[in-house]
Amino acid sequence: MSTFLGMPTDRPFPANAAKAVRNAQLRVNLRKATGTIRARRATAVAELPDWQDLRSAGKAIKDHTLRHLDDYLIQLEEAVTARGGHVHWARDAAEANRIVAGLVKATGETEVVKVKSMVTQEISLNEALEREGIAAYETDLAELIVQLGDDWPSHILVPAIHRNRAEIREIFLRAMPDAPADLGDQPRELAEAARRHLRERFLRAKVGVSGANFMVAETGTLVVLESEGNGRMCLTLPETLISVVGIEKVVPTWRDLEVFMQLLPRSSTAERMNPYTSMWSGAVEGQDFHLVLLDNGRTSVLADQVGRQALRCIRCSACLNVCPVYERAGGHAYGSVYPGPIGAILTPQLRGMDTPLDRSLPYASTLCGACYEVCPVAIDIPSVLVDLRAKARHSRMERLGMAAAGWIFNRPSRLARAQRTASRLRRFVPRRLPGPGAAWTDTRDVPPIPPESFRDWWTRTHGGAR
Amino acid sequence: MSAREAILARIRAAAAGAPDPEIPRAYRTEGSADDLVERFTERVRDYKATVHVTADAGTVIAEALARRGGRRFVVPGGWTAVPDAAGMAAMSAMADMEALTDDPPLSARDLDAADGVITGCAVAIAETGTIVLDAGPGQGRRALTLVPDYHLCVVRAGQIVSSVPEAIARLDPARPLTWISGSSATSDIEFDRVEGVHGPRTLEVVVILQ
Repeated sequence: MSTFLGMPTDRPFPANAAKAVRNAQLRVNLRKATGTIRARRATAVAELPDWQDLRSAGKAIKDHTLRHLDDYLIQLEEAVTARGGHVHWARDAAEANRIVAGLVKATGETEVVKVKSMVTQEISLNEALEREGIAAYETDLAELIVQLGDDWPSHILVPAIHRNRAEIREIFLRAMPDAPADLGDQPRELAEAARRHLRERFLRAKVGVSGANFMVAETGTLVVLESEGNGRMCLTLPETLISVVGIEKVVPTWRDLEVFMQLLPRSSTAERMNPYTSMWSGAVEGQDFHLVLLDNGRTSVLADQVGRQALRCIRCSACLNVCPVYERAGGHAYGSVYPGPIGAILTPQLRGMDTPLDRSLPYASTLCGACYEVCPVAIDIPSVLVDLRAKARHSRMERLGMAAAGWIFNRPSRLARAQRTASRLRRFVPRRLPGPGAAWTDTRDVPPIPPESFRDWWTRTHGGAR
Repeated sequence: MSAREAILARIRAAAAGAPDPEIPRAYRTEGSADDLVERFTERVRDYKATVHVTADAGTVIAEALARRGGRRFVVPGGWTAVPDAAGMAAMSAMADMEALTDDPPLSARDLDAADGVITGCAVAIAETGTIVLDAGPGQGRRALTLVPDYHLCVVRAGQIVSSVPEAIARLDPARPLTWISGSSATSDIEFDRVEGVHGPRTLEVVVILQ
């Protein structure tokens, strides 16, 4: 059974991308948004003289944690339990959804309010709850836009990045019953409409569902960074709080937060600090607290020597914003809740490479390396992409071609014979190849074949001396 | 096998040969101790919050509340420990103010109906313009500074540290913590920052010089 990552398409990336790049509106929206955030991030990062030191520390903390992940999860479980929280473990999406649905049902409620969370997108928690008769309301502005528009997220941080203000206004007018009839398209007005729409829901909410950016093993502390205050509403007001968190989100010590609280805000929203961060350890202020620890393919990623570094990811989305491929193709083309460069290495590892889509993702890159440069935990995304390309199953033609080339290159005598044959036939080689080879020569020239090989020339002339 | 045992066993098998690096902590763990108040106020203002720096907290707070309008302000338990005695006297001279105490606890709807909330804080960070509340005296539980639309936060100059690592060292993770950097905001529409979404739309900070 393959790991589910909550997205509808099965077509390979090039087909999705070809469709996306013909959408002029999408390209304008993406270029504007990613251009804005790129410039701002560069400024925010340049302000810290020790950025590279923080980055090295962040990388090492995550690697050290992954090596001892079992110990730190057990320590986390003990700390959360000691402070009155309940810890649950889920092997996959179905198990996590079952646990959350059971916990909500036990409260007798049929509504939950949600903080933006990648992991609950990953496991399609909202749809699973709906099947159990529980309505899940997204409260992050961008998630709300996606939910009301019956759409799919296309960015890790700003899931509605593919929508501009005019489109958002239309979605609100169509799907938000209490939207004012004279709603304009200024971001301020749109945010105000969302505030009014969700206010009542927050005040009556009895169950909140969240993810977490970090979990501290030593103290059992969960950390949620956000901007709007919707996170604080969902974490603070309900009587029951359920947090679903991937097992790789743990860090060993309280002190480690001094690194990540600097790396994450500047990399993601390009601010010195995000407006609100909540930190809590176990059950606080009389709340009933449940933590669901999720594997869902992460232990398979951990087993891969090259690919395991993807588990260092803190979901800042800086790699999406600098990626020339993402900027043009948009997030939907990746067919996963994790788009962009990090998605191109995370999705095929979590989900396996059984479908044409998942096999195509490691190629959704020019290998320019901009993602590696901005990554706050120094994930060498290009190297993982290359490694995954080698692991992906290739087409029959390609495998035959490679086998033939391997056979020829394996012996100098074979190579020499092949080169002499090619030289003799050189005037019959067309400028454009026929059949499947045409895909290659559509964008490149066939390399000219010399009248004789270098080795033959050297032997004949003694290196040009004769 | 339980899910817990299954996951732990998979981790042990998977992580067996993984690298275990030393953690280099070459980054700054202490920032400059100079100009803490100036840097803090400048950076809070960058978030479009209002900041006052004063030795006369009572007057400044009273004036701020009068400017804000309304008269029903949430005042958490232990508030009297926040400004100094003279400040308290100046404030109580404001006959018009009704202090809503959280004892017995105010409901979310009570908080929604209040005109604002006045608190102290646990620590403030100059480099990032952040204030951190830890539910200690004069701060109250987390909802108090969330539901009302106006938050006035008093920071004593001695509570300001330079950098994030210094703040982490001063904070107690056993307490529920809220880090606040400006008023609530969103960048979800075209990465354009807009202040004022679900949290208090107005943040006013009063720094007391000692």
